[in-house]
Amino acid sequence: MKLGIVKEARPDERRVAASPSAVGRLVKSGWTVLVERGAGAGASFPDALYEAAGATLASTAEAWGADVVAKVRPPVLRPDGSFEGDQLREGATLISFLFPGQNPSIVERLAATKATAIAVDCIPRISRAQKVDALSSMANIAGYRAVVEGANRFGSFFTGQYTAAGKVPPAKVLVIGAGVAGLAAIAAAKGLGAIVRAFDVRPSVADQIRSLGGEFLTVQIAESGEGHGGYAKEMSKEFVHAEMELFRQQAKDVNIVITTALIPGKPAPKLWTAEMVSMMKPGSVVVDLAAEQGGNCELTRAGEEVVEHGVTIIGYTDLASRMANVASDLYGTNVWHLLDEMGGGANYRVDLDNDIVRGALVLERGELRWPPPPPKKVEPEVKASREGQLPATAVAPLVPKGKAPGDAHVPALAPPSLTTGILMTALGVIAMGAWMYLRYGQPEGLVAGDSVALLQHLTVFVLAVFVGWQVVWNVTPALHTPLMSVTNAISGIIVVGGLIGGSRGGLGTAELVAMAATLFASINIAGGFLVTRRMLAMFRK
Amino acid sequence: MSPMHGADVLRSTFLSNAAFLAAATLFILSLRGLSSQQTARRGNLYGIIGMAIAVLATLTLPLHPHPLLLGTIGLGAGLGAVMAARVGMTQMPELVALLHSFVGLAAVLVGYSIQLDADPDPLKTRIEVYVDVWIAALTFTGSILAFLKLRGSVSGKPLLFPGRHLFNLLMLVSSIACAVLYAGGAELGPLVAGTAIASVLGVHLVAAIGGADMPVVVSMLNSYSGWTAAAAGFMLGNDLLIVTGALVGSSGAILSYIMCRAMNRSIWNVIFGGFGAEAPRSSAGAGKPQGEVLDIDHAALAERLLQAKSVIVVPGYGMAVARAQHAVRELTEILRGHGIAVRFAIHPVAGRLPGHMNVLLAEANVPYDIVLEMDEINADFPATDIVIVIGANDIVNPGAEDDAGSPIYGMPVLQVWKSKLVVVNKRGRATGYAGVDNPLFYKPVTRMLFGDARDAVEKVVTALRSR
Repeated sequence: MKLGIVKEARPDERRVAASPSAVGRLVKSGWTVLVERGAGAGASFPDALYEAAGATLASTAEAWGADVVAKVRPPVLRPDGSFEGDQLREGATLISFLFPGQNPSIVERLAATKATAIAVDCIPRISRAQKVDALSSMANIAGYRAVVEGANRFGSFFTGQYTAAGKVPPAKVLVIGAGVAGLAAIAAAKGLGAIVRAFDVRPSVADQIRSLGGEFLTVQIAESGEGHGGYAKEMSKEFVHAEMELFRQQAKDVNIVITTALIPGKPAPKLWTAEMVSMMKPGSVVVDLAAEQGGNCELTRAGEEVVEHGVTIIGYTDLASRMANVASDLYGTNVWHLLDEMGGGANYRVDLDNDIVRGALVLERGELRWPPPPPKKVEPEVKASREGQLPATAVAPLVPKGKAPGDAHVPALAPPSLTTGILMTALGVIAMGAWMYLRYGQPEGLVAGDSVALLQHLTVFVLAVFVGWQVVWNVTPALHTPLMSVTNAISGIIVVGGLIGGSRGGLGTAELVAMAATLFASINIAGGFLVTRRMLAMFRK
Repeated sequence: MSPMHGADVLRSTFLSNAAFLAAATLFILSLRGLSSQQTARRGNLYGIIGMAIAVLATLTLPLHPHPLLLGTIGLGAGLGAVMAARVGMTQMPELVALLHSFVGLAAVLVGYSIQLDADPDPLKTRIEVYVDVWIAALTFTGSILAFLKLRGSVSGKPLLFPGRHLFNLLMLVSSIACAVLYAGGAELGPLVAGTAIASVLGVHLVAAIGGADMPVVVSMLNSYSGWTAAAAGFMLGNDLLIVTGALVGSSGAILSYIMCRAMNRSIWNVIFGGFGAEAPRSSAGAGKPQGEVLDIDHAALAERLLQAKSVIVVPGYGMAVARAQHAVRELTEILRGHGIAVRFAIHPVAGRLPGHMNVLLAEANVPYDIVLEMDEINADFPATDIVIVIGANDIVNPGAEDDAGSPIYGMPVLQVWKSKLVVVNKRGRATGYAGVDNPLFYKPVTRMLFGDARDAVEKVVTALRSR
């Protein structure tokens, strides 16, 4: 099967659908990869690297003529009616961002070419699909870049400093919406040393925010904004009112605001009003990650940077493209996983029973397959954490519900229980009774020296058990193995028995047997003590 | 029987009894010394002194030791020293089991020596001989089988046949029957029969226990070997043997108890339960854990490690099998050199012997103050960046906490999944010894590092070095 990696048509798009390392993996999974000449130039991947990774360099027409074509942006429909997707071979497959809800005309034109279209933005947000979740991998980059862009326009340090020339307070950053992008922004801002606060309508993300060092802001109204598939839903009027009040207070205090709030299928909610912008200190920065969907800030202009009331409002829509190198690498890995999910180069097919493929399938040979039937069961919160995305971060510790047996673990030294006491008292009474009976009772035969000796030995035995019990409880668990080997050695005390048995003067069977006992017991003594010594010598601080 | 004068006998007995008292005290101090790392070496020394005193005191008893006997002691000590010097730390469980069997064997022989010398006359002595030989034989064969199992010469799978409880009961009843016969006539026959039954019972009890339960078995056998010595003490009327045996016996019993509690099971469950084979499969839940197993390569792990602030390593039996402890120590040193806090979390039943992991890490020169017990470290996982699980499975299984259908439900486990990233090294995708599939592998925070433990850790070390 041939896979075409084509050059993006939009001049401001620097990303490419696969990096050379992703191409290498694709070649390994059986694809013949055709890379359009110059496709990776914007992302600093020269053609030579692709060739070295096993790709064939191709013309525009050759790359578009492959069985499967992968790109980043939706195919461009120009005002003059020409359509980038027309270059697809009939019946070929296109893999790219498509946003079918927002781009019905593009879907229509693609359908006309009898194409199969897979929209990476429609991949269902289930755990299994994390590795193909291009939205998450791009959002992660955008979140990081938002902080960098904000810092670039901000006229002070992020981290607080004490210098000879005076004290500089740390920057205060407010992140609105703690999805993948928001969490990445929190991590990046924290990494630069700022004080980071984050707001989200979903209480479940509080732990994730805190785990990144952010402060979770919330309003005192019990309402969960938990929606479908890990997204937020729209909130009630009272909630929004309280939320706005909170934002107004924050506006006076914070230096950088990064907004990432999106509600699927709807324009971005207007959360940061013109009034709030005017309340901010001059020199502050607003970075609006929702600019493409209309913006969270009222004053945002998509794709532009504007200054209002002395506040810089950044509405770039190409944040991921501004980090084209890493973005292409991660996107390429997503594409590779997706194609692997579809069988790889050898067994490639569109499998409607595969949740991931079914969810992302928009067109099948020109037939509309979108929107997909609702998923059987949407798993709760899934945070992207693919290798190389959020650096060890965006994953919240999953706290199991119910009891935590670890906490109920009893410390080693429990005081003797009441039952033990009663049992021992009873035993004592019985022993006393037995003793009295033996001592003063009638049966003459039993009141022999033997019985007395037995009782004395029993006394010693019981006391020794108690001493052992008390002493051993104090042994630290780290020394349990040396404890076993040392007890092993001292149970070699049986050697005394062997010695007594072998010292009757003669050398008969009985003596030989006792001698054998002595032999084994001495092995035990020497072996046990020496190995304990060897072990203990190894323990060092 | 003694040609000595009465006064001599009395003096000698007094002296030896005083010496025995000193020896017993030294043994207690020896165990006491093991309560901390600082005093442990001293504790061992006390044990050695105590033993020397005991042997010398025995030789001063009014007896006629055959010259060969002294040679025997020398030979035994030499053999023991060679074994102690040559054993690898990964083989400690086998050595311990083997030494237990020697105690059992010696006690059996002592019993027979008394029987062969002259028919033990009073009823009391006959009962004591029988009890001693019976417990000792059981300890002996049980330890031998445990040794073979730990060595891998015999499969670690539990042997369970229908009616095994009835079989045990039958053997117990026939043992008592033999005891009655022996007590009546002091014939050799019933004693041999009793020994044979106890031997079979020892094998059978250990055969029914699975690989993951070996720490319990070994500490149980440790306990038995103590009771054996105590029984010999009763038989010989020797308080030193009784005291020492009781010390060892209760020590082993405590260890067994600790191990059982660490697995949330009763001792009876371990001895007779046949855990692992007839455990019900998790049927209440979804059956197979949801999600996907993601892996990580050595270079990526190295990179993540350098970004981390705190790392916890959780070793298990797999580390011992692969002898990966030295590679792990190297990894630890590099990370600590980068200012990353590295600690070790030890589950009570990790490995095949109580405290097994601690010994292995000590052998590899890992400082003991960064090796922590489960209770000390379990609360720290949420604040930990990376947890590396090496060759452990059941002790990090979240199913023990949240899946009531899991056979290990309720067992306290290391809550590694609460950290930010868990990297699990595993040779392959097979289940752990308890035969339980591990939902940990499917958690979104988990990445698998497949491959032999030593090989994998060494590769990570190389990757770390190359930066």
